[in-house]
Amino acid sequence: MSDDGYEPLIIGFCCNWCAYAGADLAGVSRVQYPTNIRVIRVMCSGMIHPNLVVNALTNGADGVLACG
Amino acid sequence: MVNLTIDGKRVEVEPGTTILEAAEQLGIRIPTLCHHKALAPYGACRLCLVELEGPRPVLQASCVYPAQQDLVVQTASERVLQTRRMMMELLLARCSEVGPIQELASELGVAETRFPKQQEDCILCGLCVRVCEERMGIGAVDFVGRGTEKLVAPAYDPHSARCIVCGACKVVCPIETVDLDRMSAQPPRPIAAEFDQGLAPRPSIYIPYPQAVPRAAVVDPETCMHLRRRPEDLCRACEAFCDAGAIDFTQRDQMKVADVGAVILAPGFELFDPELVQEYGYGRYPNVVSSLQFERILSASGPFEGKVLRPSDHRPPKSVAFIQCVGSREAKGRNYCSSVCCMYATKHALIGMEHEKDLECTIFFIDMRAFGKGFDDYYQRAEEAGVRYIRCKPSAIHEDHATGNLRLVYQEEGRELASAEFDLVVLSCGLAPSLGVQELSRQFGVELDEHGFCATDDFSPVETSNPGIFACGPFTEPKDIPETVMQASSAAAKAMTLLAEERGSLITRTEYPPEKDVAGREPRIGVFVCHCGKNIGGVANVPEVVEYARTLPDVVHAEDNLYTCSVDTQLRIQQMVQEHDLNRVVVSSCSPRTHEALFRDTCRKAGLNEYLFEMANIRDQNTWVHMHEPEKATRKAEDLTRMAVAKARLLEPLSRIRVPVNHDALVVGGGMAGMTTALDLAGQGFDVHLVEREDRLGGNLRNVHYLLGECDPQARLSQTIGAVTGHPRIHLHLASRLAEVDGFYGNFESKIVNGRGEETVQHGVVIVATGAQERTPSEYLYGEENGVLTQNELETALAAGVPRFKNLQSVVMIQCVGSREPERPWCSRICCSHAVKNSLKLKELNPKTDVYVLYRDVRTYGTREQHYGRARAAGVRFLRYDVDRKPAVEKVGDRYRVTTLDRMLNREVSLEADLVVLSTGIVPHDDAEELAKMLKVSQSREKFFLEAHMKLRPVEFATEGIFMCGLAHWPKSVDESVAQAGATAAKAATILSQDELDLEGTVSKVTDANCDGCAYCVAPCPYDAITLLEYMSDGAVKKTVEVNESLCKGCGSCQATCPKQGIFVKHFRLDQIEAMVNAVLEA
Repeated sequence: MSDDGYEPLIIGFCCNWCAYAGADLAGVSRVQYPTNIRVIRVMCSGMIHPNLVVNALTNGADGVLACG
Repeated sequence: MVNLTIDGKRVEVEPGTTILEAAEQLGIRIPTLCHHKALAPYGACRLCLVELEGPRPVLQASCVYPAQQDLVVQTASERVLQTRRMMMELLLARCSEVGPIQELASELGVAETRFPKQQEDCILCGLCVRVCEERMGIGAVDFVGRGTEKLVAPAYDPHSARCIVCGACKVVCPIETVDLDRMSAQPPRPIAAEFDQGLAPRPSIYIPYPQAVPRAAVVDPETCMHLRRRPEDLCRACEAFCDAGAIDFTQRDQMKVADVGAVILAPGFELFDPELVQEYGYGRYPNVVSSLQFERILSASGPFEGKVLRPSDHRPPKSVAFIQCVGSREAKGRNYCSSVCCMYATKHALIGMEHEKDLECTIFFIDMRAFGKGFDDYYQRAEEAGVRYIRCKPSAIHEDHATGNLRLVYQEEGRELASAEFDLVVLSCGLAPSLGVQELSRQFGVELDEHGFCATDDFSPVETSNPGIFACGPFTEPKDIPETVMQASSAAAKAMTLLAEERGSLITRTEYPPEKDVAGREPRIGVFVCHCGKNIGGVANVPEVVEYARTLPDVVHAEDNLYTCSVDTQLRIQQMVQEHDLNRVVVSSCSPRTHEALFRDTCRKAGLNEYLFEMANIRDQNTWVHMHEPEKATRKAEDLTRMAVAKARLLEPLSRIRVPVNHDALVVGGGMAGMTTALDLAGQGFDVHLVEREDRLGGNLRNVHYLLGECDPQARLSQTIGAVTGHPRIHLHLASRLAEVDGFYGNFESKIVNGRGEETVQHGVVIVATGAQERTPSEYLYGEENGVLTQNELETALAAGVPRFKNLQSVVMIQCVGSREPERPWCSRICCSHAVKNSLKLKELNPKTDVYVLYRDVRTYGTREQHYGRARAAGVRFLRYDVDRKPAVEKVGDRYRVTTLDRMLNREVSLEADLVVLSTGIVPHDDAEELAKMLKVSQSREKFFLEAHMKLRPVEFATEGIFMCGLAHWPKSVDESVAQAGATAAKAATILSQDELDLEGTVSKVTDANCDGCAYCVAPCPYDAITLLEYMSDGAVKKTVEVNESLCKGCGSCQATCPKQGIFVKHFRLDQIEAMVNAVLEA
């Protein structure tokens, strides 16, 4: 990542039907990207309660990606 | 077994295992150059040295040294590393210019060699010599000379007479130095990858294409050295590599006999061989490619990984020309249109431009046949994006030998002969009958038409000449994906009608043990981490992940598996559930999207509720995307496993919802489509309510009196009406309308209203077959003048035998009236064929009548093209006009004068006409929107009904249990309507044939204690599954919400909207997701 060694921790909420499938496709296509994201599968981006995002950020996540 | 320690880790191996192999089991990599799994150990390169501890530590080559009990091995001690570097320095000195040696040296920390440099290109590892002798049994190469003169060479250098050019030596050479041209006088021939249309080579063992089902490798018997040459022990190198032991050379083709009641033929098509069109130079000019080759070039999994490159020099082209109608719309035998090429060329151009922004795309075409749903829109977008369309077919292509560029010679209408140079030319090849259909048709006794497609008629588009044998797809005529899917389902419906009594008789049901009661019990989690061969284990350190999993709370068992999805591992999981009394299972492997169902089933077989399972995706979203970061990928695999375990601890058993199914169908619309689907369903044994708003059946088909083919539509219509009215399972509701629809798939309840009152019917599915209508025009004096008609009106008059139509001097037809314009931008697909049909009829009545058709593009797709040819041969004149210079019609005496710009002559022409006939296109019924609202289904922008997927689900609405067919979906011909109607019957039967529906248990549930009935969740629910309830409690009115579990899809929009945690999705509860978030942050 950046020169100073800072490694952000990112939580990704991915919709099972699109973004999660896209993340799988990236794998099948061997697209290489940094390891910093931890994906949580949800059945729809509609189920991501705002509290999940707020709590993640206040408890130490450097970023939250909601994909759907 | 032998136990030893390598780098402080214990490992147990079979006796006879080498230290190198034992280390590999632990995921410890030892560098080596001369070792190869398929060959006997050799110990030549000495890079694999390891240190054996003991009173007198010694260095040994790990590739030849066998594992011994209690041996303690260091693979990276200072002494090992130093010696290894020395070896590397010596190798680097010998082969100072060889890339792979330089790379390995730098990997081992050797920047420079202190020894005198030589320029050798061989490290004498002997792999090529050994593979040729040991595996191939040839011995075409060997060591020659001694000491410093030693080298590898074929006997009687430079070329060996024994060499069979199998390429094994080239494959095994670790420094890529073997030159096959030096080995043999015969030139090596790469194996062309069939799926990549010969643009790339492929190995002898290969997965035919990326989406192959099953996704399994095959051995090509034509090129496999073992299968070709056959001595029992020859080659078989692949066996040494396949960890799963899946290579089986004893397999042979087998003959199987199946007892069937119906046969469906779907042999597909063959791409026209462009080499037959010699003037385009395909096969001679490398940069002239077929459309399928270009499709592969554009594909991310294609020969150039999605980069647009040209075959001759692998450089990106700046300009691409597409030539349409190669092998289509030609003289006899090929006088059909392939229906798909205009759109695929447009798609190729657009995608090409997406890949390479500055790519200039030019499409040379005769008529742009964008007749499908949404196609004209797409064509417009392509024009706006800068795709150039030139209306003509080039006469020749000449290659510039120096650059490989191609010069096209062409003449645009009304212009001089011209030429232009392009970097790449794509030939849009037509669809030809599949090879072998002649043989197939003989075997099954089915007739083919003059082109070699399966002969069918307009009213039975999937029935062959041999009863019980059905046909679908491009076998019957070239067609696009939606029409293919419709025909396929329609053929299935016909077969199901024949087999109705046997339905379900071949199903074997799995018996599951009773479910273990886990209520109130502490979680006992088993974690299974998959190596997926090398896919995961080759990047992440799987044993470390297993060790880590053992430290997680509630995990009582963890293990690694070579393939967790293999049959033996499934049994092992069941065994472990018993042995360790597991009540939760976590698998860390691939994607739940592909494998969750399998593991859930394994849980059920182990007596666990299927929802007590969770998966961590450590392959698709980890090792495949972090292939060069093994350390980080291992940590991420641990994190993902921890997250899965955190959720698994909170899982609870859920039951699937079972809903009984009503087996009746409701069909709305009694035209040809509605009647066909009703008959196809009734034939399968289902009761059908057929609702028609008019007092008689038939719909638009009542206006069709003859077709381009030989069928008599009115005779077929009355036959169909007779069958419908006489069918005991079809309940007719004439002069009736649908007033109300309630419920959900499997359980609808509808109100049907007519003059006599109303009736409520229960049904499991709804089929929308409400049709559409010919537009009533306002242009060209229509409505003011008796001599201005629509095509339907002309047809009716001709069929009625109006006497004056026999003595007409001249008729002018105008196409696209009010169509393909901003207000109604779509093409109505059938008007061109309609005009051709009516022109032919006029000519048949009186060959002296002059018939002119003023058109924008003639869209007589498929085999309709031959009738367009027939019309021209009969003297019908087709004149093209542009939308910005539309024809004008004026009344002159008792006749009409039509003026239009003739694009060939570039001059205005005046045509005197007795009749002006307008092709006005097809528009949806005005009340289609009302029905859409009642059924809560979507419509397209044009107000036709909108299918779930344009290509793959052309008869289903996005809402389950509701289907569509006929003109209500999009303008189409009779045969297409009939096929689509059959398809809806097949799809509807998949629901109606079930006794109960098995719905996912992951649906919303209300927590009564928290819900105060604020109803915030009601509106966001996209499925209308939530209703607000009021009830009395302790003398006060209380409010809460209720979820209809059959409608709920578990999307959780309610869960995210609820401010009080009063509603949640089972299996994706807030606390369960939160636990995963917290597990991430624990790191």
